[in-house]
Amino acid sequence: MGLWLTGYAILMIKIAVILTGVLLLAAYLVLLERKLLGRFQARIGPNRTGIFGLLQPVSDGIKLLTKEDVIPQGAHRRIFLFAPAVVAATALLTFAVVPMGPDLHLGGRKIPMVVTDMNVGLLYVFAMASLSVYGVVLGGWASDSKYAMLGSIRGAAQMISYELALGLSIVPVVMLAGSLSLVDIVDAQAGRPFILVQPLAFVIFFLSAMAESKRIPFDLPEAEAELGSGYHTEYSGMRFGMFFLGEYVQMQVLGALTAVFFLGGWRGPLLPAPLWLLVKIVLVVTAMIWIRATLPRFRYDQLMGLGWKFLIPAALINIVITGFVMVGI
Amino acid sequence: MTVYAVFFYIIAALIIASAGLAITRKHMVHAVLYLVVSFIATALLFYLLGAPLVGIFQVILYAGAIMVLFLFIVMMIRMAPGADRPFPAGHFIAAFGVCGVYIAAALVLAFFSGPEAGRPMAAAAASPAAFGFYLFDQHWLAVEMISILLLVALIGALHLGRAGRRKQSGNKEP
Amino acid sequence: MKELFLVVHSLCTGFYTTLKHIFRGPATELYPEYKRPLPARSRARIILTVDPDGRERCVACYLCSAACPVDCISMQAAENPEGRRYAAWFRINFGRCIYCGLCEEACPTAAIQLTPSFEHADRDILKMVAEKEDLQVDHCGKDPNYNFYHHAGVADAIRPKGGHVNESPPVNVRTNMP
Repeated sequence: MGLWLTGYAILMIKIAVILTGVLLLAAYLVLLERKLLGRFQARIGPNRTGIFGLLQPVSDGIKLLTKEDVIPQGAHRRIFLFAPAVVAATALLTFAVVPMGPDLHLGGRKIPMVVTDMNVGLLYVFAMASLSVYGVVLGGWASDSKYAMLGSIRGAAQMISYELALGLSIVPVVMLAGSLSLVDIVDAQAGRPFILVQPLAFVIFFLSAMAESKRIPFDLPEAEAELGSGYHTEYSGMRFGMFFLGEYVQMQVLGALTAVFFLGGWRGPLLPAPLWLLVKIVLVVTAMIWIRATLPRFRYDQLMGLGWKFLIPAALINIVITGFVMVGI
Repeated sequence: MTVYAVFFYIIAALIIASAGLAITRKHMVHAVLYLVVSFIATALLFYLLGAPLVGIFQVILYAGAIMVLFLFIVMMIRMAPGADRPFPAGHFIAAFGVCGVYIAAALVLAFFSGPEAGRPMAAAAASPAAFGFYLFDQHWLAVEMISILLLVALIGALHLGRAGRRKQSGNKEP
Repeated sequence: MKELFLVVHSLCTGFYTTLKHIFRGPATELYPEYKRPLPARSRARIILTVDPDGRERCVACYLCSAACPVDCISMQAAENPEGRRYAAWFRINFGRCIYCGLCEEACPTAAIQLTPSFEHADRDILKMVAEKEDLQVDHCGKDPNYNFYHHAGVADAIRPKGGHVNESPPVNVRTNMP
């Protein structure tokens, strides 16, 4: 019983640390994005709350929490209230399988630096990604507004299409690593990160993951220009905040997964392991912000064309080539 | 009772309750959602029983892909909610009859099977690699047949899309 | 192949352009710390000016009040013993004013003028109502030399009728001699 309790306590501590880190990072990624986007547009960005605007996330949080939570007439109340939680929760749950560092040896006890090392970790990531569609679809549908509805339909179609490319682009990585566990995939990159061996897979993964997290230039479900803000048009207060949080946690998920699959995860010289993962996440997020500052939104047929006519065939060809190379060697 | 048993009964009750709600709700979207809950709970049960692969497949395929398509269609057609009267008694009798026979058969099987059936999911609990080897080693013919079937469907879809475009080839793009 | 090159090239151009902007530095002027001097003719706070002799220019002709599209100007005309008109009270409701400048254009005496000073927000809307004392200033505003009575063709304390700038003495209508 004592052993069980210690294990339980360690698990809880790990979850607490990761949740705190992820939520804090999400808040500061908002600031980073606003600052960087400002610089890209020759502006300054938020700089009033605290030095360099460092307290901006706090004031944003207070604002969102104290704002009125409007529930539109004709909305499906329970589903409307529930949908934002799906988006935020699925994004947060993904971090359960992301390895943060090598095993820790503490008092003769081996503590793996990951909440749970599943042998189907990669599939678990995709399961969470496919469940997050529900948040978008239900949020838009339950709002009883045509803009939200259009946004959620777009979101569902986009996320289902790009899930395929996302899954297929990772297959070569799994073939090279020989395992679906994220811990094993990181271990397999001890020599060289997979981005050097699989640049095409990296590009496909990055593009489709950006589409999956609905970032510009793939933000058709929220398209401010034509749909208000799409599936979360009718949301306000902290429920909107949950969608917002979900989006930024998803950015981190994308950064973490890119790091794990292609950049060698927590591996790196000098710095401690979790810090390397953080550095890689921030790097990937910065790249996404740069892309946001540069590219305009896709048209709907271009979006579908890119997914189905370019990314999926390219991913399939990449799998075949990888297979031939592996058999040949 | 171990912790696992407690979890098992909670999840089993959740599955039964959500499945029951899924077939009795008049509102289509609600029914679909309860079915999704039931699928996710089933996946949890698989995970609890030591078959994470099957559980994850349950979530990705059923809850993540098929039910999203269901939801998509239900949202698109926006069906008027049906009249607020219960199903005719005849339907209930037929449904309960079929379910009763099914449950009775399962119970009889469980009751008379030996202790060696206590762990019938050795195959399901396999690791992804073992599962893959098994699939492509023992059932390669079935896998190939299914893949050819999917290829045929893919080509058919391509053909249909192309035929639709040829008709209106006059105007390229608005 | 050429298309692919074009795509890659245009993408690179775009990314390079945005990257350049990071190193260009922000063009922002931080407002309360640095107040950019506004052009003299930008339109904000309204004032009532005086003529070069230091007398108030306003003759309470109601033209600004009539021109105002939001009816935010009101006044009461009066006449001093000298026979010169002035506004007994003059009131501008800045809660309504849209700073269009039509009053300034309508004013024949250049009395009412808009100035670049714009920081007059208040939480209490009644504090936005400005009386004559709040509006009056002791300078000539944008037109330092203009004096309406020097062009109006009427006699004032200094010059007789017809003695002003660009004026000829009145014609004696009782004789036809040139």
